Amino acid sequence: MRELMVRDAILEALDEEMARDSSVYLMGEDIGVIGGNFKCTVGLKDKYGDLRCKDSPISEAGIVGMGVGAALTGMRPVVELMFADFLMVAADGLFNQMAKITYMSGGQCNVPMVVRMPLGGGRSSAAQHSQSIHAWACHIPGVKVVVPSTAGECKGLLKTAIRDNNPVMFFEHKMLYTTKFNDVPDLGEDICIPFGKARIVTEGTDITVVTNSRMTIYAEKAAENLRKEGIKAEVIDLRTLVPLDTETIINSVKKTGKLLIVDEGHISYGVTGEIAARVMPDVFYYLDAPIERMGTADVPLPFSPALEFPLIPDDKKIADKIKAMV
Amino acid sequence: MSTKKATATKVPAEGKDGLKEQAKQFYTTMYRIRRFEEEVFEFYKRGLMPGLAHLYLGEEAVATGAIACMRDDDYVGSTHRGHGHMVARGADLNRMMAEILGKKTGYSKGKGGSMHIMDMSKGFLGANGIVGGGIAIATGAAYSAKLRGTDQVALSFFGDSAANEGTFHESLNMAAAWDLPCVYVIENNLYGISVDIRRVTREHDLYKRAAAYGMPGVAVDGNDVFAVRDVVQKAVDDARAGKGPTLVECKTYRWQGHHVGDPAVYRDPEELAEWKAREPLVVLEQKKLLTAKEIAEIKASVDAEIAAACKFAEESEYPDAAEAYADVFVD
Repeated sequence: MRELMVRDAILEALDEEMARDSSVYLMGEDIGVIGGNFKCTVGLKDKYGDLRCKDSPISEAGIVGMGVGAALTGMRPVVELMFADFLMVAADGLFNQMAKITYMSGGQCNVPMVVRMPLGGGRSSAAQHSQSIHAWACHIPGVKVVVPSTAGECKGLLKTAIRDNNPVMFFEHKMLYTTKFNDVPDLGEDICIPFGKARIVTEGTDITVVTNSRMTIYAEKAAENLRKEGIKAEVIDLRTLVPLDTETIINSVKKTGKLLIVDEGHISYGVTGEIAARVMPDVFYYLDAPIERMGTADVPLPFSPALEFPLIPDDKKIADKIKAMV
Repeated sequence: MSTKKATATKVPAEGKDGLKEQAKQFYTTMYRIRRFEEEVFEFYKRGLMPGLAHLYLGEEAVATGAIACMRDDDYVGSTHRGHGHMVARGADLNRMMAEILGKKTGYSKGKGGSMHIMDMSKGFLGANGIVGGGIAIATGAAYSAKLRGTDQVALSFFGDSAANEGTFHESLNMAAAWDLPCVYVIENNLYGISVDIRRVTREHDLYKRAAAYGMPGVAVDGNDVFAVRDVVQKAVDDARAGKGPTLVECKTYRWQGHHVGDPAVYRDPEELAEWKAREPLVVLEQKKLLTAKEIAEIKASVDAEIAAACKFAEESEYPDAAEAYADVFVD
């Protein structure tokens, strides 16, 4: 295992897949000359040429739509949106075209395309650059949705995404790009992490904490701290929301009797409520307490840290919630 | 960059025999589209067609002339008014009509219908229910051809209203910037559903927008199949030779309302009559390239094809309900 920053792990995944398969190409705003706003594509333009690492104009709808056309005709596009918030500008291409063409054609074609974009708050980026709107993608049939956590997870899941024959929306967390994790496989190891198989981060018997993306890091830290107080939380990193590994959640809750679901999206009509409803028929008779959930408060993300931070779950808030539940 | 309006119809370059053969093919394809659409309308009126369909009646020369310029391995992007493009591309009429009736033998096993009709085996990237939705897709196919180093060309059909969508601007800008092998064909039939384009734009000659992107823009009589062919052929040849995209505006008119259920009360009947007087089949007949006997033979042959397609579609079964759950994802 090696220690890498998330952004470098993503860069490695892109580089390895571009080297392996000449049909993989990248398009996005500022990904070429400067290597991306978050530096995930540094050096790829020089290595693979301008056409395969294309700096686009600021035309999100255009580059997503073009990705669909290229994917239909033999390519594997990886389109980068600078912020997940901008998917709204490209929503038709993503949800009316990319997600549905396979189905509308009766299976005549497929769209092997990845759209990468960062979500998440915590950077004083205010209401149009801080959202966690991955649940939007989950609501539309025909798209796989990845919400990776660590560097190793990002690399392994991105490689799987690029090789998948379906559209994949890949939500990276902008606050983790420069965080180092010591879980990246050695160079030369071609590790792809399968979709739909959750990762048990920390084993425990008192409560199940189901989460994803940066909230996994917070939940792991909370569980670690609580262990000193004798509370054993089991933390599950979902990795992918579509497909969703309900089996791992259900088996864990049968053991712990308690379930807390944490997701950075707005609390209403989102991931947490869906998971609770989805597992309820299987865990109802095993529950010792109501299922609880945590997410970002239902207000637009404000600018000032004094306003923003209190709205988003973190390790301290998760620990408090766990303590209140066990 | 030249941005000009094409004037008189050029005399085609074929010899006398070649010209007649071309005229036969054009007449056959246009009449095939005409008859196909008439029968779609009949199915609607008989209550046998679920939903709605946007008919191509009156615009047959655009699809026929433009697609005649495409190679089998090229790509065609279409619109909600896509039957004509697909017929001109040589699609299976039986499977088309079956799809429009929602039958299991249709192109999409009943999951797409009229508005999403598609034949990937012919590089037909699909009709599209979103105005302007197909423009970026066709542009992406052109980018794909460039990446793969082939000399394939993508042709993108869309209407006058789509030219006011953002995807038009974004796609044409990128195609011009990167010399993509894409030909953009505006089917300007003057109306976006009920709204006359002259009420919502100041400049009604849409081909002039090409100048803003740095690509050639040409207007052509969209009811003259030979004229459309000539203009699009030049554009396709340029695209294939690496000279980048062209915007072609075909001036035409749809006979019916926006869809089969739209009585088109917003249009002046005199305007419709004027356009019908010089509709694509009449314009071709007036060139005197075909005898009355030849035309009668074409009609008899096409009528039989269409009758067979209607019979096939009507007699086909509806899909099993379980079919709705297939094809969301592929393996």
